[in-house]
Amino acid sequence: MSGAVEKVRFGFSVNKDRQIDYDANLKNVSDIVQKAEPTFNLCISCGTCASTCTAGKFTDFSLRKVILMVRRGETKGLENEITKCMLCGKCQLVCPRGVSTRNLILQIHKALKTGAL
Amino acid sequence: MTFDIFVIPFFGGLLFLLAVLFIRFTAWLATLDKSGRKKLGHGLLNGQIFPATWEVFMESLLHRRMFKQNKLLGFMHMSFAFGWFLLIVLGNLESRIYSGGHVNPPYYPIFLKFFVHDKRTLPFELYTLPGFFRFIMDFVLLFILSGLVLALIKRVRSKWFGMKRTTQHSRFDKWAITSLWLIFPLRLLAESFTAGAYQGGGFLTNTLGTFFAAFLPVEYLYYPAWWAYSTALGVFFVTLPWSRYMHIPTEVLLIYLRHFGIKTGKKPDSFSEIEIYSCPRCGVCIDVCQMNSAGRTSSTPAYFLRSLRYGNPDDEQNANCMLCGRCHEVCPVQIDTLAIRIAARYEDNKLLVPSFKYLDQFDPSDTTADILYFAGCMGHLTPAVKKAMLKILTASGERFSFMDEDGSVCCGRPLLLAGLHEAAAELIRKNTDLITRSGAKTFVTSCPICYKVFNEEYKLPGVEILHHSQYLLRLVESGKIKVNNTGITAVYHDPCELGRGSKIYNEPRWLLDRMVTINKTEQERENSLCCGGSVGDLSMNHTERNVIRDEALKVLLASEPDILVTACPLCKKTFDNGTETVVMDIAEVVSERLQPASKTELSAAVEIAG
Repeated sequence: MSGAVEKVRFGFSVNKDRQIDYDANLKNVSDIVQKAEPTFNLCISCGTCASTCTAGKFTDFSLRKVILMVRRGETKGLENEITKCMLCGKCQLVCPRGVSTRNLILQIHKALKTGAL
Repeated sequence: MTFDIFVIPFFGGLLFLLAVLFIRFTAWLATLDKSGRKKLGHGLLNGQIFPATWEVFMESLLHRRMFKQNKLLGFMHMSFAFGWFLLIVLGNLESRIYSGGHVNPPYYPIFLKFFVHDKRTLPFELYTLPGFFRFIMDFVLLFILSGLVLALIKRVRSKWFGMKRTTQHSRFDKWAITSLWLIFPLRLLAESFTAGAYQGGGFLTNTLGTFFAAFLPVEYLYYPAWWAYSTALGVFFVTLPWSRYMHIPTEVLLIYLRHFGIKTGKKPDSFSEIEIYSCPRCGVCIDVCQMNSAGRTSSTPAYFLRSLRYGNPDDEQNANCMLCGRCHEVCPVQIDTLAIRIAARYEDNKLLVPSFKYLDQFDPSDTTADILYFAGCMGHLTPAVKKAMLKILTASGERFSFMDEDGSVCCGRPLLLAGLHEAAAELIRKNTDLITRSGAKTFVTSCPICYKVFNEEYKLPGVEILHHSQYLLRLVESGKIKVNNTGITAVYHDPCELGRGSKIYNEPRWLLDRMVTINKTEQERENSLCCGGSVGDLSMNHTERNVIRDEALKVLLASEPDILVTACPLCKKTFDNGTETVVMDIAEVVSERLQPASKTELSAAVEIAG
């Protein structure tokens, strides 16, 4: 009998820290986007856009998530995420708040490329 | 005497203008892309020059398309262009009478009456050659002046010319237009004073000259008048290359190049620049543009093209256009405003590189069918259209497959409209692969936006691309399905992408004609209004779109029809939110009036269609 206690793996782990550090995050992307597409502010994160999304059928792309990330300033990896959008405009039609989602995507794209430095 | 120092403002201005034009035209032609240069070479050789020259005569001089727009407007433009042209040609011929048939320096015919005082010909002596010219030159001058009077009236009563709004001019334009408007009255004064002093002139200048001579010292006045005339010409020539009047020489070049098959491509190039410089800012497009209703007049084509010409348009001008094509339809110069807007968006958005690598994994099980039905993204948002199509297809007995039953790849048109054509090419490749693999011979889509891109950008040899309105008409005509007429009244709305975009105006009407009574509307076919839902616009918000939608609905529903029919799921969805009237897609109308066909009839019809 050995004295070592073997760790039992239950298949669970402790979540990574999900605390959002607003001070460390980039907020100017959100500022630029708000100015370029004011309807950005109308979003209530209901997720209707994500549920109808054409790209969402093939990937985990979600405009709702993108908007939340921009608002929080968690822009890391966002650029890659947003390239998945086909700009088809279904989200714009179903949006209950009238967000101009197609322009929003383009403006987030642009803000990430040019303004987030 | 064949020279006086007062000709210098004119002559200097003319030389300057010619030099600038030479440099500009050479630069444009030299920077045409490879295919453009090739087309230019071919065009010069294969006889396209003749129809092009005819068009230059009809449009640049006679302004036929302007006449179609409004007769007064047409006459005003024609009197300036054709009148001035006649003045130059006839003036040249006239000057040769006095110089023994020699070619004269360019200023000589212009200022002929200063250099030659022919007293032999009285005002109406038409039977002598100089007398004839004297008469005709005065007549042409009067013709131009009548245009000038109309131009002045247009300033205050533009409605008489069929225009609600006229273009607001930039500073350079104001210089140019002032000098242009002064040229002909000054010529009249100079010639009249001279005629008064020397008892010459034609019916107009002689009469006026005699009149002036009665109370004015015309012998002292005519010289300053010639100076003023020459100066007005000089100022006009110098300001021309930077003003809207650059359209005069550029439009001629544009017409030739267009006849040679050159078009504005997906990126801004030297041909799109030629188109931009050809815009006279006549303002015909401003009124028809529905962006006005949304309070976005600065995005209307005339102002957008002006911004492009003098610098960069702001993001709003680029993004704010529904690409409905109403402006292109009425443009007297036929500038491809849509292609130019999309090319500008390409410049604007070229940093963005969407990537659809994830589509590689999308590999639906192979389906084989004769008919491939594609509802499109918008079709999926209007389930009634989709259901109607499936019902009809099943009833027709055709072997069909529903390509995007479970959702599918976007057609690529929305990306194209945003100028992202490289990204669109990825989607086009994927869809092409899916369609080719299905082995279908006919591809039917419910969405005009999809239809346009499948028809124009996809290379699908052996596959016929149809919009469902065309396909349904074919089913009815071949007897594969039967519909009845219930006698209700309907108004048909032409979707932009199907009508102006793809020139399909008749098929939906022929089909509807078998089921309902179609009421005419004030603006239909080429003049049809946009519903406001367009995916072409990138920036308008819902409130603004609703204003445009409501205005369109007002026109469409003026005759109080029982139903409003359209052939585009996006139009249907847009209108549906704005009216109590029932809005239906044409497929729904067919599906509702579908009559069960007897088996024997059906098999007979299949045999005939064979």
